[in-house]
Amino acid sequence: MSNHKYNIGSYEKRLQNFDWSISKQELSYKDGDNINIAWYCTDRICNMGKAKKTALIWEGLTGEEKRYTYNDIRLASNTIGTFLKGLNIKPEDRVCLFMDKIPELYLGFLGILKIGAIAQPLFSAFGDESLLIRLENAGTKAIITQKKHVSKVRKIIDRLPALKHIIIVDYDGKKPLQEREVSFSLETSTPVDKFDTYPTKAESPSVIHYTSGTTGQPKGVKHVHYSLISQYLTAKWTLDLQDDDIYWCTADPGWVTGTSYGIIAPWSLGVTQCVMDVGFSAEKWYEFIQKHRITKWYSAPTAIRSLMKAGDELVKKYDLSSLVHLTSVGEPLNSEAVIWSERVFGKPFYDTFWQTETGSIMIANYPGMKVKPGSMGKAFPGITATVVDPETFEPYKEPGKIGLIAFKPGWPSMMRTYWNNEETYKNKFKNGWYLSGDRSSIDNEGYFWFVGRDDDVINTAGHLVSPFEVESALLEHPAVAESAVVSKPDEVNMEVVKAFITLKPGYKPSADLELDIMNFIRKKLSPLAMPQAVEYVDSLPKTRSGKIMRRVLHAKEWGQDIGDISTLEND
Amino acid sequence: MNEMQKIILDYVIAEYIDDDTEVTVDTPLISGGIVDSFSMVSLKRFLENKYKISIPDDKATPEAFDSVNKICILVNEFTKK
Repeated sequence: MSNHKYNIGSYEKRLQNFDWSISKQELSYKDGDNINIAWYCTDRICNMGKAKKTALIWEGLTGEEKRYTYNDIRLASNTIGTFLKGLNIKPEDRVCLFMDKIPELYLGFLGILKIGAIAQPLFSAFGDESLLIRLENAGTKAIITQKKHVSKVRKIIDRLPALKHIIIVDYDGKKPLQEREVSFSLETSTPVDKFDTYPTKAESPSVIHYTSGTTGQPKGVKHVHYSLISQYLTAKWTLDLQDDDIYWCTADPGWVTGTSYGIIAPWSLGVTQCVMDVGFSAEKWYEFIQKHRITKWYSAPTAIRSLMKAGDELVKKYDLSSLVHLTSVGEPLNSEAVIWSERVFGKPFYDTFWQTETGSIMIANYPGMKVKPGSMGKAFPGITATVVDPETFEPYKEPGKIGLIAFKPGWPSMMRTYWNNEETYKNKFKNGWYLSGDRSSIDNEGYFWFVGRDDDVINTAGHLVSPFEVESALLEHPAVAESAVVSKPDEVNMEVVKAFITLKPGYKPSADLELDIMNFIRKKLSPLAMPQAVEYVDSLPKTRSGKIMRRVLHAKEWGQDIGDISTLEND
Repeated sequence: MNEMQKIILDYVIAEYIDDDTEVTVDTPLISGGIVDSFSMVSLKRFLENKYKISIPDDKATPEAFDSVNKICILVNEFTKK
């Protein structure tokens, strides 16, 4: 029996008289004060006497390791901030981070926030079209990237007049820099010790993360510096981050988990965190935990299922006894994965639920609380969560009824708008509730049980993919006449993308054409959006008004009842 | 370098490399972050189309795809059947 004392203590007791002032007091923040996330993650921790404490242990592909103390990350963020100011980047300008999980990504994020600019992290595997849409929407002024990704930026730069600077962090001088490109090396820059952090306030914008919807282009979710209040406390109580922990968040900061809980939360808590910039391999992951004696681990169901596939025997080769508390996010964590982790690690993975829009954990299984394998857990203290009727938006009173997961607005890290898309933002609120777009039920003990999305958005390995975006890109392929994109069940990724396609005259179905279409989407959008299966059809199911009925194809893929097809054109 | 190594290496460079990163038959592809787990599906499909084979999912592991040389071993296993 573990005698580990968890931060949260008793979940039930925390529910009583909860107030976010707990977080504010611990952060020594008073309403109306300046609040800058980057300052809280660096200068404040140094001021608390932890300047020499390790903030980041980074490991790269060839096993090279870099370590940064809290003073190092303070200096690095000052240095990057100074460089950006030198490029005339102003407060609230959007600066995109388009990098692998290298130290400059983490430190660049802080540097951007320190000058009051808005960080716009984007997944480095995005293709040029995905990048274009998001940079165009945000009116991004600068992008920080690596030479391996700069060719994607060069392809679209002519269509991005607002983009003034392409900052390359690993320029080697072998080829000349091109238009608007500039080199920046953290290692050779003189560290900046004295730096005036921009006096951002609670409602000053901090981060824009892009997320996908069923229709329309990706939406830029705007967060503010006040989000720290939620991120700090949820990490402390849900992930149980403590002063002597070695923490590993496996998420990429191109997505919200990688910033909220891969940068902001651990560093505002003064915790040592590890980052591994290596592609997935079960051996490498276990080696990493063993080598760095990881204690707290925040990962994703897809990764956990991939580890399960690698087998129990492999786990026995490593000393993973350092692990204390394991948490998961991204998609529903299936009960088999929870039971498996308890068997092989001696600890279950605790599922957590939240979204890009919520900015922080909303529903979770908490340390010390009884875990019901397969359940999402219960609402975080201070969060009013319910399940509402999809027609009336009234909360269901009876347990077990499936409805839309909804939250009462007002928690600190709630998104403030969708960038340049206020109308869509407003549509997320009905009858005084924020609608998550996910469906679940609540049992008689208050545990939430995930059912699925309420729309056509595909959740693949915890990342949302818009069928609309993939269909639009498919139409640009010379062979494709029409397309419909739905999810397909997948053992590891939960869902993957499947495309139904009709071909233009002169094209014949073939395996090579299928591969060509797959690669076309992979390079244009991203590997996540790439259809893992393409089915050629003579025609697509449509309503009489010509709208493609994705749900018919979806039902077929999932072996479900097709439902009402009275509006189907003909078949 | 034999013909299979060359064909697969050329394909990897053409499809998965955007810059002048040097890739050899031993370069780690999956653990090296050159080919992610999603892109591995398209690489598998290329091998199946090219060599008229079917690689079962349980054989298409990140380890088996981690370099051109390892991929050649896997492909040979199925082409010789």
